[in-house]
Amino acid sequence: MALTRRSFLKILAAGTAVMAGPPAGNRLLRRLRLRPAGGGLPALAASREPAGPIVRLFGLPAGDGDPTLAYAAEPNTRTGPGEAGRRWVMVIDLARCDGCRECTRACTAMHFVPSGQEWIRVYEMRDHATGNAYWLPRPCMQCDNPPCVKVCPVSASWKREDGIVMQDTSRCIGCRFCIAACPYQARGFNWVQPPESEEQRRQPYDMEWNTRHFKGTTEKCIFCPGLVKEGRLPACVSACPMGALYFGDQAEDAVTNSQGETVRFSQLVQENAGYRFLEELGTEPRVYYLPPRKPLYPPPPSEQEPAALGGGHR
Amino acid sequence: MPRRPDPFSPRERVLLASLTTAGPGFSALVGALLAVIAWGIIAYTVQLRYGLGVTGLRDNFMWGVYITNFVFFIGVSHVGALMSAILRITGAEWRRPITRMAEAITFASLLMGALMPFVDMGRPDRILNLLLHGRLQSPVLWDILSIGTYLTGSTLFLYVPMIPDIALLRDRFAAGPAWRRRLYTVLAVGWKGTEAQRHHLERIMGVMAVLIIPIAVSVHTVVSWIFGMTLRAGWNSTIFGPYFVSGALFSGAAAVVTAMAAFRWAYHLEDYITEVHFRRMGYLVIALGMIYAYFTFAEYLTPAYKMAASERGYLNAVFSGQFARLFWFTQVGGVLLPVLLLTVPRVGWVPRLTRVPVLRPVPTLATIATSLLVLLLLPAVLPRTAAFGGFALIRQLPAWIIAALGAWLFLTLLPLFHQRPIAAAVVASLLVNVGAWLKRFVIIVPTLQYPFLPIQRAPAGWAIYRPTWVEWSITAGALAGFVLVYLLFSKVFPIVSIWETREEGHRPAPASSAVGTHGEAADAPVL
Repeated sequence: MALTRRSFLKILAAGTAVMAGPPAGNRLLRRLRLRPAGGGLPALAASREPAGPIVRLFGLPAGDGDPTLAYAAEPNTRTGPGEAGRRWVMVIDLARCDGCRECTRACTAMHFVPSGQEWIRVYEMRDHATGNAYWLPRPCMQCDNPPCVKVCPVSASWKREDGIVMQDTSRCIGCRFCIAACPYQARGFNWVQPPESEEQRRQPYDMEWNTRHFKGTTEKCIFCPGLVKEGRLPACVSACPMGALYFGDQAEDAVTNSQGETVRFSQLVQENAGYRFLEELGTEPRVYYLPPRKPLYPPPPSEQEPAALGGGHR
Repeated sequence: MPRRPDPFSPRERVLLASLTTAGPGFSALVGALLAVIAWGIIAYTVQLRYGLGVTGLRDNFMWGVYITNFVFFIGVSHVGALMSAILRITGAEWRRPITRMAEAITFASLLMGALMPFVDMGRPDRILNLLLHGRLQSPVLWDILSIGTYLTGSTLFLYVPMIPDIALLRDRFAAGPAWRRRLYTVLAVGWKGTEAQRHHLERIMGVMAVLIIPIAVSVHTVVSWIFGMTLRAGWNSTIFGPYFVSGALFSGAAAVVTAMAAFRWAYHLEDYITEVHFRRMGYLVIALGMIYAYFTFAEYLTPAYKMAASERGYLNAVFSGQFARLFWFTQVGGVLLPVLLLTVPRVGWVPRLTRVPVLRPVPTLATIATSLLVLLLLPAVLPRTAAFGGFALIRQLPAWIIAALGAWLFLTLLPLFHQRPIAAAVVASLLVNVGAWLKRFVIIVPTLQYPFLPIQRAPAGWAIYRPTWVEWSITAGALAGFVLVYLLFSKVFPIVSIWETREEGHRPAPASSAVGTHGEAADAPVL
């Protein structure tokens, strides 16, 4: 297995066993025909116990005194401050991504994402003329300096203490300033009322599950806090057949992929020259990419020229 | 109330006649405007019912025509502050007959401008969230605060200097319709024209003239910051604030020129609004146009010189690609031509152009007719291309032919404009405003066409912005609403300040043009 070139630290966290989530989550998982966590599917490494000392990475302050928390405009009575002591983080290994878009499909199925939107979109990229083409899955970056949260006039979008940029579509007024502000094109809009299934309509609006959709509001990826709360990986991460997506807790310094590989987050990023997309914009994303070095997959088809960063100009 | 002796001179009676008399033209115009507004409202109800999906807006193009309208109307509204504050403070006496016109433009266009973000909102039913959960960190709240302040301030600024006139009307229409009597009595707030009242009025106007300037500047600065505060290439510009303010003053001043000509023609105000006013407003428009051109130059040259990867996409699209025609029209047709047109009446050699054979009307018209025929046939002959694509000669042939024809037509018309400076000013100011609207469109849309991440996997029709009939209908409705508010204002209040023009000891300025004194040839707007 090519992955042996990386040094992995398998954490058999105690939390792996603590998997019995509330029935709502299980119902969704069954509907998605995903194996219930604990029954073989790798679960989030993060333990449900209070976190230990918070690990500081790349000078990024965590926990108390974190300036990014200033964006938590309200005490987050709507979903709480998030998981106490957590700093959710995602790592995407571009060398492993083969562009199958299972992540997009799983996300769309889980949240009934309205047509036209893809909360995790897989782009075909080539950074410059002589560079290799590669696939770039783009979820919401859950920025620590989120441009979308800054411009929202009504706190429909805010930053939780566990790092998630939440979106309350029941408060959104549909001004679309956040869509204009997001440099990652990670936000979508319900231009018309999305058709809802009977199953959807039965569910109350719960912004942590985000299965209901309303006309004239903005939506985006929110790292599946409903699943995460139950100790499961976000839908896209557990759906990735290549194990290219890792999810975990930066505070605990552990991330897990769909193959059940749980590794030290800091080591994974440092040893593979991890980077953050559009780092120069200062948005401080919580999604890290590992460069597409020696890819394990066929790149995007060459007849369709992948667009370069910066707007697809030639 | 005892009837006073008629305090009006025959000339002033002209100002009042427009308040009471309304010809069939007026009714027809109001009817047409109401029809357009009704159509716009129908379009809006369609949008309310089905959502913004009925517009051409999509995820990549989250803003479009509505925000263009917003920036345009707010821009035009700047003229009130310019005319009534800056010219008042600097003691430009010639402003007196036209300040109220300018202030009323501010009022009407602010109303329409402030409406646009609400038309653009996906959930207008949640409008109260702005009050319940408003965040001062968001530029949207800055907009609401500054536009609200400016609307209040400029309404007061329109109203306060009108009090003496309203008092006159209160007395004048003592026997008039009840609604007028009641309206004027309330609005005149007991004005008797005493020394103390006059003193207070002057003081209030002086203070307000100073206060309104920073408010007006803040309004358009804040409007520009809904773009400037984002990270997007093309909007991420530090000069957007002053750039937008300069463009606003330019378009607003031009709008006043159009209004001056329209009212002068419709209400027979030749004694009040003379060629001198058009000439001086022309100088103002020229000066503002130069400032605006300078800002445009500065705004585009710095990124164009560097050609950073993130800026390259929209710059190429604007200079030579998909948006090149629009952009160059805004620069040539919306800035250069109007400035030239406004100087033409002062250029001595222009009449000699009539001696050039190819510029005589007959060969010009013949050539234009032939060329138009060729233009209509060209698309059938030329290869079809996906994009408009650059300045490649063959692909752009129709555009070049149109440009050449336009230049020819312009040269042929120059001697005519030389004789009719007011017509020249009106054409120039209309061009300025068309260019101003398009320029705002060109500021918004190309940037959205070239985000950091390329537009990929967009559903069919989502990768390009095409405004739909709904957007055009609402835009037309807003424009009609602007004209209607303005028109009705001029029917209820004198559009030229009676007491201020009298105070000045207003005398008709000598006609500037050599052609006739008040000959209809020189005065009538030719269009």
